[in-house]
Amino acid sequence: MSIDWFPLWLSLRVAGFATVISLAISLYVAYLLANRDWRGKEILDAVTTLPLVLPPTVLGYYLLVLLGRGSALGRLYEWVFGSPLVFTWQAATLAALFHSTPLLIRFTRAAFESLDPGFARAARSLGASEWKVFWRVTVPLARRSIFAGAALAFARSLGDFGITIMIAGNIPGRTQTLAVAIYDAVESGNGALARTLVLVISVVAIAILYLTNRLERRQAAG
Amino acid sequence: MIEARIAKRFAPGPESAGFALNVELRAAEGVTVLFGASGSGKTLTLDCIAGFVRPDSGRILLDDVILFDAAAKVNLRPQDRNCGYVFQNYALFPHMTLRENLAFAAERRPRLERHRRVSEMLDKFELTPVAGRRPHEVSGGEKQRCSIARALIGEPALLLLDEPARGLDAPLRNGLYATLRQVRAEFAVSILLVTHDLDECFEMADEMLVMREGRVVQSGAPTDILARPANVEVARILGIPNLFNAEITALDPGRNTSRLKLPDFELTGVYYPGRLLGDRVWLCISSADLRVASPDGVNRVPLKLVRVAETPRATRLEFAGGVTAEMLRAEFERQKDNKEWLVEFPPQSIRVL
Repeated sequence: MSIDWFPLWLSLRVAGFATVISLAISLYVAYLLANRDWRGKEILDAVTTLPLVLPPTVLGYYLLVLLGRGSALGRLYEWVFGSPLVFTWQAATLAALFHSTPLLIRFTRAAFESLDPGFARAARSLGASEWKVFWRVTVPLARRSIFAGAALAFARSLGDFGITIMIAGNIPGRTQTLAVAIYDAVESGNGALARTLVLVISVVAIAILYLTNRLERRQAAG
Repeated sequence: MIEARIAKRFAPGPESAGFALNVELRAAEGVTVLFGASGSGKTLTLDCIAGFVRPDSGRILLDDVILFDAAAKVNLRPQDRNCGYVFQNYALFPHMTLRENLAFAAERRPRLERHRRVSEMLDKFELTPVAGRRPHEVSGGEKQRCSIARALIGEPALLLLDEPARGLDAPLRNGLYATLRQVRAEFAVSILLVTHDLDECFEMADEMLVMREGRVVQSGAPTDILARPANVEVARILGIPNLFNAEITALDPGRNTSRLKLPDFELTGVYYPGRLLGDRVWLCISSADLRVASPDGVNRVPLKLVRVAETPRATRLEFAGGVTAEMLRAEFERQKDNKEWLVEFPPQSIRVL
């Protein structure tokens, strides 16, 4: 039996892009949530947690309405990039982003909040700007937790199904990610393919979880 | 010179009692020590001066620069306050070597000068041999010197130290005092140090501020404060034993005597100007001034010995009624089989608070 490995490569690429973007967003949002008291903090917290509790199909529907070819944002994207966003691998990346970022934000915020506030205070009293405090003290001190969180976010990005199928669809060779391909294989009665892909994704997930735990233990020890 | 008037209130929460800080202090050149029990607001005062905590009202001046003024809505960031802060746990950045820790703090200075300045400080604080190591790889004394050097490298006008000797053993503590004396001699910086250790006040303080429940209750040289605590609370904070509540039953200015009625016995004192017959007062007598088993004297009281404790300097004798005296060890060895103990309260040593 010859297996089409495209879904695996697509998933890895989508998850990779999603993790990098997610990391950037999470660092910023977690900083806002962990460091400052401001009005709207609770709202931001709720909004960024929402994707964890809403059904993926609901999120997918929101995104479809928001970014579809009929919407303002969708038309803007089409005007800038020359092609629509929905039903492309970029849309799959966006889906993965929505699936993983809430988790990474919570993880990063917890990492920031578990740091001894004395380090940041010391840096400030030594004249360091907030930017310098963040990049030279806070992030390096929390780096293991952040790496561990990013690994988890990557694993979660690999596994998104609901949002992906809503906004990226199931186009073999274009937007069919691993999770979608498994569903497709089962639907069409291709048990062997489904089993192989399930095995592959399980092995990848276990490897990432193992790595995450090790990183966290080293952070706790260090 | 730092001048601060700070007020801050914390409303009582479900798990904490409320707290009100209301401090006025001035600290000139040299070492000023904030002394008080834990929870008296010492560290909070330091944090307000450093800019980590925003007071509700008041004004903080450092060498004529306004760091904080509630009325004028001035509140400088910690970065702009020119205060060095030495944290209780040092707060050295664990992911940097000692040299990098100093270099981080030196980045405010002109680029050409930085390297020389860092090397100079490493040298001055005897850190050059371990400069390439991370904080967890060096000794406690080295960490401590590094945190002081790091706080000083930006040439602050004020150095704040939060219980720097807490949890240190005796040799490390003496090393710290030596370092701080060196800082006082070589750097043009006022030092404000927080402690709950009276020995440390005597070791370091040019001026001492006693804090209680968020207020400065007495200030002055440590020896003066110990000799003349302003009231019974200060005496308690200082750990002075032999505080007795008494009633004045006789006053004779002609013969310079008075009669003091304590719960269990009566004493003869000197004449206390400004006191009236029937006044209830707090008496205070240093345990070193009590004479135990003296052959004669006016105020000899027979007391029951309840407990004997050894201290590093002498033997401490605790009698019924909360009377504590000290005796040289050799002397106690001679006396220890006494059936009856006569304790003399020399009238001149009895102070009325």
